[in-house]
Amino acid sequence: MIKATQQSGNYLEGFSEFERLAAGHDLPWLRQLRRDAFARFCDVGFPTTHDEDWRFTNVSAIGQTPFRLIRNDRTRLSQRELEPYRVPGVACQLVFVNGRFARELSLLNNLPAGVKVSSLAAEIASNPGAIETHLSRYLDVHRDAFCALNTAFAEDGAYVHIPRGTLVEEPIYLLFVSTADDAPSMSHPRNLIVADEDSQATFVEDYVSLDGGVVFCNTVTELVAGDHTVLSHYMIEREHKDAFNISTLRIQQGRNTNVVSHSVLLGGALVRNNVHPVLAGEGGECLINGLFIGNDHQHLDNYMLVEHASPRCGSRQFYNGILDGHAHGVFHGRIIVHKDAQKTDAKQTNRNLLLSDDAQIDTKPQLEIYADDVKCTHGATIGQIEGDALFYLRSRGIDEVSARKLLLFAFASECLDRMKQGPVRKHVEGLIHHSLFQLAEAPDAARGNGREDTGRNWEEIG
Amino acid sequence: MLEIKNLHVKVDNHEILKGIDLKVNAGEVHSIMGPNGSGKSTLAQVLARRETYNVTSGEVSYNGKNLLAMKPEEAACEGIFMAFQYPVEIPGISNAYFLRSALNAIRKYRGLDEIDAMDFLPMFREKLKLLDMDEKLMNRSVNEGFSGGEKKRNEILQMAVLEPKLAILDETDSGLDIDALKIVAQGVDAMRNPERAIIVVTHYQRLLNYIVPDFVHVLVDGRIVRSGGPELALELEENGYGSMEAEARHATPA
Repeated sequence: MIKATQQSGNYLEGFSEFERLAAGHDLPWLRQLRRDAFARFCDVGFPTTHDEDWRFTNVSAIGQTPFRLIRNDRTRLSQRELEPYRVPGVACQLVFVNGRFARELSLLNNLPAGVKVSSLAAEIASNPGAIETHLSRYLDVHRDAFCALNTAFAEDGAYVHIPRGTLVEEPIYLLFVSTADDAPSMSHPRNLIVADEDSQATFVEDYVSLDGGVVFCNTVTELVAGDHTVLSHYMIEREHKDAFNISTLRIQQGRNTNVVSHSVLLGGALVRNNVHPVLAGEGGECLINGLFIGNDHQHLDNYMLVEHASPRCGSRQFYNGILDGHAHGVFHGRIIVHKDAQKTDAKQTNRNLLLSDDAQIDTKPQLEIYADDVKCTHGATIGQIEGDALFYLRSRGIDEVSARKLLLFAFASECLDRMKQGPVRKHVEGLIHHSLFQLAEAPDAARGNGREDTGRNWEEIG
Repeated sequence: MLEIKNLHVKVDNHEILKGIDLKVNAGEVHSIMGPNGSGKSTLAQVLARRETYNVTSGEVSYNGKNLLAMKPEEAACEGIFMAFQYPVEIPGISNAYFLRSALNAIRKYRGLDEIDAMDFLPMFREKLKLLDMDEKLMNRSVNEGFSGGEKKRNEILQMAVLEPKLAILDETDSGLDIDALKIVAQGVDAMRNPERAIIVVTHYQRLLNYIVPDFVHVLVDGRIVRSGGPELALELEENGYGSMEAEARHATPA
């Protein structure tokens, strides 16, 4: 408790000032929401590795760093600085700099009539009723200190509303840019995406950093999938290697929904990606697809909580990890099948490639089943690049680095192939190529070549 | 083209090849026959430069160069091709992409322009026809879910596309039914020419009915115990390896 108090002390001053000035400070419901969340955060403090959900991820570095909330951002970015982060073929690109919406940098082109893409702060000011209906209605701030902290500081982020029956063909792209500050800085982007009945859309969250410096991005997205919606969500983490990134995607699925969540974790020092769908309506389908590629001392934690709360829903989790250097990956897939969720079909697969002796993966399935007519399966594998495959490619004239890259890419392609063809997949493919090229080229790579420990390949562990 | 002198090879501290001498000239087809465990596949893999084999002594010269100093990809680029006894499945890489990458790697090594997908396709189709292979297999992952026969045909397809100077077929006949064997053998036979040498490693004589070798060598317990013409294969078919194994046992180790 003492520890929790010390930690929250760092945030108390920031919160008092924030609460006074933030958008919607005069709205009683929002004031209460922030206060309750902050009180909850003060009660629990940051999790420790004694907490089952955080067993493999030590966040004490976040607790010990005095992060400062940047509210009145002095950073002025030019269009040119953002040029490398523009993605062709998207419906719009909203840019957030250190968590604040930057209208002058955002591109709002091709949106169908009725679709609202805006900033949360602006909507809180102009349209608070719509926000009140959904904001924090789905998120569990009691269970998760980071979600509590984000809610306490919830002010800006994206607000997207897709009206009933609307088809948004091109992706809605949200770019989160962190910039350097003289002191460690934090941001708490809060996104609210509401897709009404029978609509279809694709959303992308892309986290990048423009320059070095210790940053902590603690983001929450609530995605409300109305009945019969077909939605895709991409989370791309490619910040620099001093960045802390904690993200939570909370998906509320209605009847006969089809939601796909893709996570691609490539950057950051300590990254935790929570994906938490609740299949609340009958006949919902959820695919959670992830790829994490780590090197050096990166820590990449993928935490899934899939709740089956209605009958005849299906969920699929597929995560592939590639870890080199001293990187540490975590896959924690929790599936809860509630009492009424008969005919649930849940599947979970985690496959990992470890490229160095010092790379580490912790993979943990956790099934809690309270219904009696369900199908739940899980499996995990850990292996190395197969010596036989490497030799096969080399014996046909392909040099070792290229052969390694081909094999790594083939492994990553399993995740890529689950993404729909289009501009986002192409973008992700480029990022993956870049990451894998670095791994294949790394001096570390030479050490592992031709290791013929085929006997240990693909050891079934779950 | 290839000259092996007194080659000794160990695997896990166990001597598998105990002094091999072999000379192969361009245009020749040699068959290496022998019982299981005699070292046939080890010899093939050493020539393809698999690094897990420990060459303890001896020399291998290939077109005047020291083959034992080459990496597998260098040997391949210099024109050596081994058809694998157990072709490896590589999920996630399409057969067509793999083959084009290999061809271009070799072309680049030789200072030739890379071939793009458009130019590659017609040539590729022609080779597919030669081996009676379904074009659909080409968009599938390398060897993944292929039948045994399809895998072996795929090896010969690769050989046909890469056009090696020295091809080593490691038990390409094993597990093939007679129809598949004929197709594979015809594919190989079509590639015989005065510039190319072929080494056919096999346990049985049947393949040699279709690819008639110029020379047959019998490998027993890590040594070539007899060499001769195609008639030697027939003799083995008649009498088995038993008598030669006995001879090998009586021979005093060097």
